Amino acid sequence: MPEQQPIVSLRGVGKTFDNGVAALDGLDLTVAPGEFVTLLGASGCGKSTALRIVAGLTQPTRGVVDRAGGAAAPEIGFVFQEPTLMPWASVAANVALPLRLKHVAEAQIAPRLNAVLARVGLDGFADAYPRELSGGMKMRASIARALITEPALLLMDEPFAALDEITRFRLNDDLLALWQALRPTIVFVTHSVFESVYLSQRIVVMSRRPGRAHAGLAIDAPAPRDEAFRTSATYAALCRQVSQALREAMAEDVAVEGGRPS
Amino acid sequence: MMDAHVLKILLPAATLTLGLAVWAAVVRVFELPPYVLPSPWLVAATLATDWPLLGGALAATLLTTAEGFALAALGGVALAVLLNQSRWVEYSLYPYAVILQVTPIVAIAPLLLIYLSPQAAVLVCAWIVAFFPVLANTTLGLNSVDRNLAALFGLYRASRLQILWRLKLPSALPQILTGLRIAGGLSLIGAVVAEIAAGSAGAGSGLAYRIVEAGYRLNIPRMFAALLLLSAAGVAIFFLLSWVSHLMLRHWHESAWDAEP
Repeated sequence: MPEQQPIVSLRGVGKTFDNGVAALDGLDLTVAPGEFVTLLGASGCGKSTALRIVAGLTQPTRGVVDRAGGAAAPEIGFVFQEPTLMPWASVAANVALPLRLKHVAEAQIAPRLNAVLARVGLDGFADAYPRELSGGMKMRASIARALITEPALLLMDEPFAALDEITRFRLNDDLLALWQALRPTIVFVTHSVFESVYLSQRIVVMSRRPGRAHAGLAIDAPAPRDEAFRTSATYAALCRQVSQALREAMAEDVAVEGGRPS
Repeated sequence: MMDAHVLKILLPAATLTLGLAVWAAVVRVFELPPYVLPSPWLVAATLATDWPLLGGALAATLLTTAEGFALAALGGVALAVLLNQSRWVEYSLYPYAVILQVTPIVAIAPLLLIYLSPQAAVLVCAWIVAFFPVLANTTLGLNSVDRNLAALFGLYRASRLQILWRLKLPSALPQILTGLRIAGGLSLIGAVVAEIAAGSAGAGSGLAYRIVEAGYRLNIPRMFAALLLLSAAGVAIFFLLSWVSHLMLRHWHESAWDAEP
């Protein structure tokens, strides 16, 4: 357990959907400030539901969610599996949306917009429309939108799952650089063992039906994590260890019927 | 093989030429008098000589159509937004919007003429016919918002007004424009139906009134000339609205994506 006050903690959280499917049951999760945690699990283990509960987008049916600061919840950024950009608006308008919704003065928006576009490598694309961008660039715009409010907590729901491997590796590297530079707390959801080991400080392996935390594994490999790390024996050993934990979690599956994509 | 664009213009033009030729030939061969069937040349000539009369009538009908269309566009979108805000309002009002739509306008027009001045009745008819497609399409659009985008707006605690203005209306724009394209043609139909129903009782200066009047006088060439103008007006309205729709959607919607040069 981290000794700091957690930025968010879930205790005994359960979620049963209206159709009777239990997506989560008895999930405990504590996230310390500045941490990079990954929820790893197979489809249908409720990891996306857990993330939406952390964001407050879904209300749990059981259990307690505590956010640091109580009612004045930390600023949250959310990156969906799809880029979820407004197709009718330029990259600049999409990325600046959170500030406009908060009625931030236009004079303050421009510098923050330019800074965040530069940070995700989209400078020069401010006036482009989403359809003119590649999948990777759309995802960069989506990440920029999540970052523009300088959130303390960044939640990412399988953001790179739909991208090709080369693009995914580059975005993994850029995400790590970003985390090193800004140190937000990141809760990342993925079903990829390799991605989870590469990115996180800590992996929470989830079992499914109903979803709960099966094991927590610390990934101690130090920064910088780069191409050398990706091909190192340490990385391979860690991936093996995490895969093993994931297999155990899936062997735990009780029910066979029902289920719901995460 | 000929270019598809050329064919798209060439083929209808060929059909038109052929049709006109057959029409002219039939009139000549059977020696039909103009009060049975005027030749296409006579219709064209009538259009030219009667232009002072018909041009004014065209302007009157187009004005009614434009007013009915504008009211239908505003009313349809506004009502759809209202229905979208609350289930209660939707359940209370939507069935009556449907009833208004499915009741034939020809049957409503005489009643309207009793209660309203002819100009107002014509306008109301144009509005009744045209507003429903706007309402139905806008409602569909407002209900088709991307769920994740809606969640995003919720995450940033957007107000209802912000959600409407920045999310729902823009994402409904393609459907709204589809509704408006249909409404454009329908408001012309509504105006014409009402003018015909008003008939000689009305102050009647529109094209449809001229058709009825010319019919009484067995001025068949003028009937054809007025009909031609009405068709041309309908086609012009359709193309105008399609063009506006294309301009508004070209940056982002699949339906209006210009091929890369």
